[in-house]
Amino acid sequence: MKMTYREAVRTALRAAICDDRRVFLMGEDVGRYGGAYACSKGLLEEFGPERVRDTPLSESTFLGAGIGAAMGGMRPIVEIMTVNFSLLALDQVVNNAATLRHMSGGQFSIPLVVRMATGGGRQLAAQHSHSFEGWYAHIPGIKVLTPATVADARWMLPAALREPDPVFIFEHALLYPMEGELDENAGPADIRQAVVRRQGHDVSVITFGGSLWKALEAADQLARDGVEAEVIDARVLRPLDVDGLLASVRKTHRAVVVDEAWRTGSFAAEISAQIMEGAFYELDAPVARVCSAEVPMPYAKHLEDAALPQVATIVATVRAMLQRHN
Amino acid sequence: MTQSNQSALTPEHALVLLREMLRIRRFEEKTVELYSAGKIRGFLHLYIGEEAVAVGAMQALRADDSIVATYREHGQALARGIPAGALMAELYGKANGCSRGRGGSMHFFDVSRRFYGGYAIVGGGLPIALGLALADKMQGRVAVTACFFGDGALAEGEFHESLNLAALWKLPVLFLCENNLYAMGTALARHQSQTDIPRKADAYAIPAAAVDGMDVVAVEAATRKAADYVRGGAGPFLLEARTYRYRAHSMYDPELYRSKEEVEEWKKRDPIAMFTGTLRRQGLTTDADLAALEKSVAAEVDQAVAVAESGSWEPVEDLLRDVYTPTEPAP
Repeated sequence: MKMTYREAVRTALRAAICDDRRVFLMGEDVGRYGGAYACSKGLLEEFGPERVRDTPLSESTFLGAGIGAAMGGMRPIVEIMTVNFSLLALDQVVNNAATLRHMSGGQFSIPLVVRMATGGGRQLAAQHSHSFEGWYAHIPGIKVLTPATVADARWMLPAALREPDPVFIFEHALLYPMEGELDENAGPADIRQAVVRRQGHDVSVITFGGSLWKALEAADQLARDGVEAEVIDARVLRPLDVDGLLASVRKTHRAVVVDEAWRTGSFAAEISAQIMEGAFYELDAPVARVCSAEVPMPYAKHLEDAALPQVATIVATVRAMLQRHN
Repeated sequence: MTQSNQSALTPEHALVLLREMLRIRRFEEKTVELYSAGKIRGFLHLYIGEEAVAVGAMQALRADDSIVATYREHGQALARGIPAGALMAELYGKANGCSRGRGGSMHFFDVSRRFYGGYAIVGGGLPIALGLALADKMQGRVAVTACFFGDGALAEGEFHESLNLAALWKLPVLFLCENNLYAMGTALARHQSQTDIPRKADAYAIPAAAVDGMDVVAVEAATRKAADYVRGGAGPFLLEARTYRYRAHSMYDPELYRSKEEVEEWKKRDPIAMFTGTLRRQGLTTDADLAALEKSVAAEVDQAVAVAESGSWEPVEDLLRDVYTPTEPAP
């Protein structure tokens, strides 16, 4: 059946709360407002204020409370309204969620799920357009998911709730209204593997999250010129399916990594390094990156467009790579 | 400020209180020696001077209550009943330590005793305490989560966020502020615009009290009263224990921020010496009792050192263990 990404998230949340008495949702405006992106609309009415908890604007404290509740036997889903606000809770993520199991000598697990909207592209300027999923992927002790499809929006959440350790889910805000096909009976997603979203043999375009759709459109344009790009959705940034990425690179011998974060220190840099370490002698060209420009996100549309990875930049990067080395 | 009524004290209980305080002091004095000998490294924040707070509070808490502490938590851990050997081994960094040598002095854990750790980012434990209390509440367990923190945490946003949220959701949290007058080297009056700590709770509609943190009987009574309130389901309570740290903040601290006279003044109100004096006056203890107590505590500390010395090091091959929970391999 067809449904939007937003509806898929809502369906997943509803099912999670229905299926397990330990699951509850908390975050800013998740209840009466229905979620800043309407992902939890109707859930307060259906499940009541014990299971769907509106919090004050205290990101650090309600995320930390999620950690404590997970330690105490619950299965909290914490919604941080956007990745931008998650910076206020970063201490709880780095020093507690990711750390306590190890630091206690393995005495307990923290089955916590944290969801948040991420990404730019909506003219929200420099404080509301971040892509920090790569930062989170830097941290051992947590897992990082970037659902890009309606199916992953629906089925990554139950997979995350099965994990004994903290899982962070980054939902690109531009994807919420996107419609897609959903198998209602698919069951929890495999969150160990990258997925080939489009087969090809000339170049591997590796990406994740909102950039997937730009990469696929770029691949369509390239196909008109006879260039067959393979588009890989990394999906899981930690632990990264390095083997899956390398398998594609070994086939195509070229790789372009698309990442909406700033280029310096980006997750694209990590993927590039993994390819260099694991498949250097397979490469016909240096790995290329398409990332955001090194600038706080400007408000004006033409400037924002220029700052973000675009279909045209992906196409141009692939073409330049092929020309240079053919 | 609550003062103690020591007339109701039984001799048996008096001895328990004295022994528990002495255990902490002698244990920590030994850690200083071991630090100088290079057996213990890293930060070592001593609790000496503050023993009455942990001991009095723990006596008033129950086995099914939860504890969240700070990086200065040797006292809480001992008073909660974690074996001294497991703590000493942790200070050595040994695999038989209470955190398998992963935590050290600042991160003691023992989930079997609901001791949910020492937190070394000031204020960072408060939200954890809220979550533990929320889990109790949502699962219908009647229990208190006692959250220890220092006066330094009063300046952190998480203190204010946590009091607000705990009050809003009526969470069973006992906020226990150990006011030792210094946030590392910054005196309370230099980091707080309002130094009357219970008044801070007013802003969040939380009841609060202050107690003499050098008086173990008073701390126990005040904690019991506060814990009873929290256990009753009406929401959180803030208890301030006014105390003093005799030693440096950590091992390397020239103590430029306070005078020797000030430290000496506080030592006149030493919780162990004062309580011993009270017991003597009331005829509840004799020199022979005290000598026997010292001897048995010394034996426990020696035994703890032996446990640490004889413990093994975690194999380096296990470096990455417990970063994630072991799960079934991929099919």
